[in-house]
Amino acid sequence: MKPAPFRYVRPATLSEACAALAADEDARIIAGGQTLVPMLAMRLARPTTLVDISRLPGLSGIAREEDALVIGATTRQVLAERSALVASDLPLLAAALPWVGHPPTRNRGTVGGSCANADPSAEIPLVAVTLEAEMVIEDEGGPMPMPADDFFIGPMLTSVPPTGILTAVRFPVWDDARVGVAFHEISARKSDFAFVSAAAQVAIDEEGRCVKLALGIGGVGDRPVKLDVSRLVGTQLDAAAVADAVREATSVLEATSDLHASADYRRRVASVLGARAVSDALADAQVKGSGR
Amino acid sequence: MKVELRVNQTLRVADVEERKTLLDTLREDFKLTGAHAGCEHGVCGACTVLVDGAPVRSCLMFACQADGYEITTIEGLAPAPGELSVIQDAFCETHGMQCGFCTPGMILSAHALLEREDSPTREDIVEAISGNICRCTGYGQIIEAVEFAADRLRKANTPRGIPAPHIGAPRIDPEAGHDAPEEGILEAAAADMPHGGKP
Repeated sequence: MKPAPFRYVRPATLSEACAALAADEDARIIAGGQTLVPMLAMRLARPTTLVDISRLPGLSGIAREEDALVIGATTRQVLAERSALVASDLPLLAAALPWVGHPPTRNRGTVGGSCANADPSAEIPLVAVTLEAEMVIEDEGGPMPMPADDFFIGPMLTSVPPTGILTAVRFPVWDDARVGVAFHEISARKSDFAFVSAAAQVAIDEEGRCVKLALGIGGVGDRPVKLDVSRLVGTQLDAAAVADAVREATSVLEATSDLHASADYRRRVASVLGARAVSDALADAQVKGSGR
Repeated sequence: MKVELRVNQTLRVADVEERKTLLDTLREDFKLTGAHAGCEHGVCGACTVLVDGAPVRSCLMFACQADGYEITTIEGLAPAPGELSVIQDAFCETHGMQCGFCTPGMILSAHALLEREDSPTREDIVEAISGNICRCTGYGQIIEAVEFAADRLRKANTPRGIPAPHIGAPRIDPEAGHDAPEEGILEAAAADMPHGGKP
């Protein structure tokens, strides 16, 4: 359980970091290290250089822009979890974060690190895909925005070029008056990898009709996916109609089978959890309309 | 490479390989063996230390990443050599440990929780220690210990925080060195003192 030798560099600027990556093709970026270091310890990964970006200026922080909440890549998960801005403007991420690892890993783990690691069952990538976030990648040529759906291409695989660095994630903010969210997950034990996770965000108008709906499923296939449930928009999100639409959308999902759960199980749970997430998000939105 | 770490409010210097974890550096270079090496890949929580007051796995951090942070190990919680912190004492009172292997991590996780929350619910406590595996107690008495410690700390009405630094005028208990082996691993409460706890 000791990593193989490597060189450790801590560049002072983003361009130095890109240069360090370009100089060694077996270099890896380290920020929080909460997934990378176990892989080093088990020697599943043997990079020859670790480029530590965790202290690069300007990469950590949470800021509201006009239509988005921008979270710097090296922002610790714990900071996002306790952020008032995330709680008010990005409630889906706030609902997902308590499911990410456990408190000590969230104290070191970063929002960008979880995305760049691209575990198919990871919660933050699921939220990014569900809300159609924009991933900001810095390469030698300058910043390069990329839709989350193009960013995640497979298990532990992203479209980031070898010398590129994910610097921020822009999560769209829904400014509708009544927005509700729900996040559900099934795993062997809390904090373990999800077999299936479901994230839903719903906006309703004064009559309680659904005006926007986003539903994403993680853990089922080799990357998180956003489901097409557009036919539910404009309806009252009647429970039977939701169950039908989600069942249909999840029936075509490509699912993986492993020791823990079969592909059929994963699809079935995705259908149930997805429908439950939509219903709970609707209930959450209804509460917001009545009081406050 | 040379690293300068602030551990238990004392500046320590070590010459380590880049791949050496903070855990191994604490244990081997600084003889702070209260941080336990369990799984060494981030699952068990036995190596938990506080980094700027937040519980962190020291096996998932390299020593070369740890400069500039305030690192607190279990040895840094006791107010003086041979004494126990309120939380440590509560673990003894309620039998919150059996073999003791997970105990330093449990206590540091509990410490961080009680620093920011003086009346945690049972759920808060369960969440706070959810990254620490115990194979003896079944967790019931550990949760009881944290509840008990929280109650005592509330009633004590004293300011919270990590004890005052030992730098300058260490409080030396002349008896404290007796239990320590002559070489190598030092007795926990004494290990962090510049003179190794020996009068």
